[in-house]
Amino acid sequence: MKKRTRLIAAFLALVTLFGLFASFAQPAQAAETTSLSAIKKRGTIKIAVFGDLPPYGWVDKNGKRQGYDIALAKQVGKDLGVKVKYVQVNADSRVDALNSNKVDLVLANFTVTPERKQVISFAKAYMKVSIGVISPKSKPITKVSQLKGKDLIVNKGTTAEQYFTKNSKGATLQKYDSKTQQFNALKNGRAAALADDNSYLYAWVKNNPKYTVGIKHLGPNQYIAPGIKKGNTSLLKWTNKEITKLNNNGFFDKNYNQNLKPYFGSDVTAKDIVIK
Amino acid sequence: MAHSGINVLFAGQNFSRLLGGLWISAKISIVALVIGILLGVLLGALRTVKNPLLRTILRLYLEFFRIVPTVVLLFLFYYILPKNFNVNLNAQAVAMLVFALWVAAEMSDIVRGALISVPQHQKEAGLAIGLNGPQLYRYVLLPQAVGLMIPATINLMTRVIKTTSLLLLISVMDVVNIGQQIIEANRQQYPDGAFWIYGLIFILYFLLCYPLSAWARRLEQRQNNNA
Repeated sequence: MKKRTRLIAAFLALVTLFGLFASFAQPAQAAETTSLSAIKKRGTIKIAVFGDLPPYGWVDKNGKRQGYDIALAKQVGKDLGVKVKYVQVNADSRVDALNSNKVDLVLANFTVTPERKQVISFAKAYMKVSIGVISPKSKPITKVSQLKGKDLIVNKGTTAEQYFTKNSKGATLQKYDSKTQQFNALKNGRAAALADDNSYLYAWVKNNPKYTVGIKHLGPNQYIAPGIKKGNTSLLKWTNKEITKLNNNGFFDKNYNQNLKPYFGSDVTAKDIVIK
Repeated sequence: MAHSGINVLFAGQNFSRLLGGLWISAKISIVALVIGILLGVLLGALRTVKNPLLRTILRLYLEFFRIVPTVVLLFLFYYILPKNFNVNLNAQAVAMLVFALWVAAEMSDIVRGALISVPQHQKEAGLAIGLNGPQLYRYVLLPQAVGLMIPATINLMTRVIKTTSLLLLISVMDVVNIGQQIIEANRQQYPDGAFWIYGLIFILYFLLCYPLSAWARRLEQRQNNNA
């Protein structure tokens, strides 16, 4: 009995200790170390990127970073006149990396969502993705109305599933657990078409030329944008200007042709991905 | 064609990149172990001192690092604390710090356990020939406790080395992180590359940990011969 009370006391002490830590803790001065002037003074910008997501951010066999996001990062460094230091992150540490000042900017296929907007800021989007629908080239589906009365394959947990569950457009849904399963089902002729993120579909169709992305955009666009810490207005303003400038001088078209086109095949043009 | 995935290992600089990653894992482990074990021996010795306040503090320290999962500690030290205290260590330094503190905590318990299992009459004999406190630990208790500490300490070392695979969560470019980069970069061309990369990582970790076990066995034998 005595032992137990002592244990409880020890536990409470620990909790109190934590509480003390938390109460002393003051949020670090926003933008103190990541502001535009601080970056210029430091001579390096720290950019969070992916290392395992070709063709957006990956590492080639010689250990060099490659991809659509990396090309943008390089350009940002060049235009700021500073060196770029890459910090490789995972999808779920992108927000924390910004908020703990580990990085100044996130260029890691970062989709703008209302939840994320509450904790960080997004600059102007530089890429768009939306739902696409693929079907056999022999029986192409190019309009949503064609889906009526037919079977449609979706992958559970994707935006495509959400979209068609809300509004099936008269199609019967077949839901699969993985990408491999859903594509196999389509190949076996279980349904007339398959809906998923269009960027996936472009890459898949490249390797399966019997199919085509008949509907390229469906539902609301989702945007990929640079992530910046909340309150860091100087860098946000600069990045917005930079994206506009790069849009006008054709940088993103060039970047698309260099990094994404080899993966997506000829079905897609820069217009489908790049924002104008 | 059947085993084309093995090509991934030797394409470009992939192999040397993996070795580079292994070196990072090894470096972090070695630094953490050296600091952690030294600190742990000190803390372990202090835990046998009969001072209730000191004992409680050290006990809390131990329980904290033993109960909280290493992943949480890494996140706490890398993402959360810097935000609140405005200190910014790089990822490798954070990894070394967290691992060293963790090793020190676990080590303190190993040392304490070994010290109190040295027979009481040894301590009394030491006091009888006029040794003071620190001398008693230095010349009588610690040398006899070392043999008792070795198996658990080596076990701790291999655990630390294996736990470096968590470091990819805080952006350390360790061997597993680089392995994943290679796998994903080649997924289109070599879908079975993952098998070969993880196979190689398995061998690399084995090469790192096996000498430690062998060393532990030798030390134990020597200890037994001396006794």
